Amino acid sequence: MTPSRTAFAAILAKDLRSELRTLQSLPAMALFSVTTFVIFRFGLDRTSLSGSLAAGVLWATLLFAAVLGINRLFVAEREEGGFDAIRLAPIDRSVLFGAKVTALIVYLLALELVAVPIFALFFLQDAGGLGPLAGVLLLTDLGLAATGALISSMAVNSRARDLLVPLVLLPLVVPLMIAATGATEPLLALGGPSYHRFGTWLMVLGLYDLIFGLVGYAVFDFLLED
Amino acid sequence: MYGKGLKPLSIATVAMIALSLSLVFFYAPLDGDQGFIQKIFYLHVPLAMTALVGFIVGGVFAIAHLRTNNRKWDAYSYVAIHISVIFGVAVLITGAIWAKASWGHWWVWNEPTLVSFLIVFLMYATYYPFRYAIEDRDRQARYASVFAITAGAFVPLNFMAVRMAQSLVHPRVFATSNGGLPGEMLVVFLCCLVAMALLWVTLVKFELTAKSASGQVKRLRRALDAPAPGGSSRIAPEVS
Repeated sequence: MTPSRTAFAAILAKDLRSELRTLQSLPAMALFSVTTFVIFRFGLDRTSLSGSLAAGVLWATLLFAAVLGINRLFVAEREEGGFDAIRLAPIDRSVLFGAKVTALIVYLLALELVAVPIFALFFLQDAGGLGPLAGVLLLTDLGLAATGALISSMAVNSRARDLLVPLVLLPLVVPLMIAATGATEPLLALGGPSYHRFGTWLMVLGLYDLIFGLVGYAVFDFLLED
Repeated sequence: MYGKGLKPLSIATVAMIALSLSLVFFYAPLDGDQGFIQKIFYLHVPLAMTALVGFIVGGVFAIAHLRTNNRKWDAYSYVAIHISVIFGVAVLITGAIWAKASWGHWWVWNEPTLVSFLIVFLMYATYYPFRYAIEDRDRQARYASVFAITAGAFVPLNFMAVRMAQSLVHPRVFATSNGGLPGEMLVVFLCCLVAMALLWVTLVKFELTAKSASGQVKRLRRALDAPAPGGSSRIAPEVS
């Protein structure tokens, strides 16, 4: 293994282990999403959802639950001196970005593993669209994790950490959410999934992931300088 | 030191705006469909184009800042984004007026360009709270640059996503197959575009001059060993 790969694996393992031991983010994210579904049930006064309404409820909930995790992504680094350790270590700093993005993807997948089945149980009459939805979820998680890790690493060093992440992240992920809901909507349509413009939306998602993955990789070095 | 050339530039801007406005009202033909209200097009579209280009330019300055680590570029980037946000307010207002006049509503959601612009505007509106939440000056400049670069990459992507999500009701004046704008309108439009771009450059220059002057005053006060009452403002990056 090259030094970068070792460092990447070490940081990722550290993050996942500390999350498993402290359970700071994941239970909160899952609980938040379930509660939000219940609020949507009464807010919209519907017992079953389909099409654009289902896609909107699902993505709004997942996005806000993700913000909870993104808020806390770098808190340990900030408070326990992890940033200084990374700065001292003879490794490429973008390794930290890669590891954090991967950790965030794992969190988001774990969140979705809980939230999407519950969403289907609560609201969907026909769960046939859930298979292809996995692809949409994965691509959206990539983009959300790239932008989330970037914004989180900046917000954590500011005075208004918990305020800045939602404030800056939400407008930034609007294109991602447009594409994600666009791809999800026909999958959850009443009367079985359809694939209207599915491929196009997946391409937009992929393009977003690529651009913000590269931007994050390129600028992350500057965020660690001091 | 940024004040050099400010006077001729201001005069050129005023002259160009006066010329463009007189062309708009006395030379440009009336639009067959929309009549007089279509003239807001000569204000709205150049403003929007200038603001968007200004956002991108802010991103380019930010790249220069990160590459050279020269604080001058951070100030350029800040001012470019600042003036573009102000232009953005004007774009949204003129856009709403145009929408009311030609479609009957102040806000039209299935109009991709206006909606994209709103999202871009909201994105850049978070630049200020983001910037001033970071106290350390060097870090503030670096983070603001990272923001400007990220948001600059976001602008084209956002336009693409919104365009794809909606039907096309916006007049695609430059892309229509049968010729687009008639010649006279195009000339007037280009004049207006130049006028707005000049206005943007002039305002950026004024802002930079003001900032550099206040930075100098602050330095002189410090040199006189008499700290200014109230301390330094965090709003403006200092220009040296």
